[in-house]
Amino acid sequence: MYPFTYSRATDVADAVRDKAGHDGSAYVGGGTNLIDLMKMNVEQPAHLVNVAKLPLSKIEDLPNGGLRLGATATNSDTAWNEQVKARYPVLNQAILAGASPQLRNAATNGGNLMQRTRCYYFYDIATPCNKREPGSGCSAIGGFNRVCGILGTSEACIATHPSDMCVALAALAPTVRVSGPHGERSIAFEDFHRLPGDQPELDNTLTEGELITSLDLPEKGFAKHFAYLKLRDRHSYAFALVSVAVGLEMDGDTITEARLALGGVAHKPWRDQSAEQLLKGQPATAETFGRVAAHVVANAVGRGSNDFKIELARRAIVRALKQAAEGQQVAGDVYLGGQ
Amino acid sequence: MSQLLTSAPASGGLPAPVPTSPVRLTINGQTQTLQLAPWTSLLDALREYAHLTGTKKGCDHGQCGACTVLVNGRRINSCLTLAVMHEDDDITTIEGLGTPDNLSPLQQAFVDHDAFQCGYCTPGQICSAQGLLNEGRAHSEAEIKELMSGNLCRCGAYVGILDAVKEVVDSEGRQEK
Repeated sequence: MYPFTYSRATDVADAVRDKAGHDGSAYVGGGTNLIDLMKMNVEQPAHLVNVAKLPLSKIEDLPNGGLRLGATATNSDTAWNEQVKARYPVLNQAILAGASPQLRNAATNGGNLMQRTRCYYFYDIATPCNKREPGSGCSAIGGFNRVCGILGTSEACIATHPSDMCVALAALAPTVRVSGPHGERSIAFEDFHRLPGDQPELDNTLTEGELITSLDLPEKGFAKHFAYLKLRDRHSYAFALVSVAVGLEMDGDTITEARLALGGVAHKPWRDQSAEQLLKGQPATAETFGRVAAHVVANAVGRGSNDFKIELARRAIVRALKQAAEGQQVAGDVYLGGQ
Repeated sequence: MSQLLTSAPASGGLPAPVPTSPVRLTINGQTQTLQLAPWTSLLDALREYAHLTGTKKGCDHGQCGACTVLVNGRRINSCLTLAVMHEDDDITTIEGLGTPDNLSPLQQAFVDHDAFQCGYCTPGQICSAQGLLNEGRAHSEAEIKELMSGNLCRCGAYVGILDAVKEVVDSEGRQEK
């Protein structure tokens, strides 16, 4: 690796101050993505501020009935938290579907939101990539784009956000609390990640120096009718080609409220609120699910090697909705495919 | 105040000296202070500075699990973390689990079940399996397979690895009853 300096922050204010005092610096939590990117020379921060040991690792009840997930709580501790398992099982399953036990033990909740795309060209500094080097071009368009996005892409970038956890979060709609040089603010999860447009170098809407301090989940957790379905090239320890998070509220066979988000298909966790509206008030039937799934992928664009994702997404949505309606999936200590 | 590890900038156009600082690590119960640069991974610190070469460098990118060690009893990939991030942590490597004369239950089970061929992934497999035991979340074969999926074996000794881990999971389960 190339040279950089390092410091360990003692509290949030210290971290924010330290980062502001060092040009080209970065926060590091678990480091499971950032350190890899530094080894590949994709990221070259001049200074690292270690925030992993800040006192932000608690998972605690909120007065409004929600649950606060501390930014430095590990993915493992979050997935296996008894409150998360009981009240937000879709999050439990999504986290356990991602990465490996070793990575989940190191990776933090804040870091999960901040991880960068696994597009091959973003990682390969010998090739043009607008996300890595704005204006250089997109090698994935017209290149090997099997893992790339089909929804909300632009002519500048077709990269996907790689997280599983964030797909469940998109369905649960928490707020992201951040602290920065200009104070604290909350960002709706929906507004945290962004589409590439003509600025694919920006993954999210954080401003310079802002640090995630917690994810605040609302009370509603869709604990009875949920699904996290992840489809990938091997049975475990691989990024999603397509994943689907579903949360439903049911009155008999009628869907009274729905949440639907996709992973592996877009620059951000892809929540489709128009599809959620289409599900509302409808019977939980194959006909309903098929109609909604067709609606979600109606504007999908394939780029050659990833054309298959459109049909894969359509079918995955149908299957996940069916699983959720039937209450097939349960929270647990392991993700076994959601079958 | 932050602890700052840095060095004075080079003068006169000479290459900057490698800026190292003392880093206190507790490895297999012994605390030692190593002189490390901030960018030294925990894996390189263990192998090249603490001279504990049981931990293996496979992919060096968190994809194979050969570098798995236990930090405060939890398994992580030592290649994707910096040594300086682990002052005050308790690090256990394969050398800390057992000795040739006194193998840990997992080490003995790997021998008994022929759970390796070339052996390169084995320290990571065993440290990972020890982490799995510490977690106590895997009971069935399907659960063990899923929770061992972060460790690859290019020789394909998975059948033996699964048998070995299952035997120790079962025997620990019996002891708890």
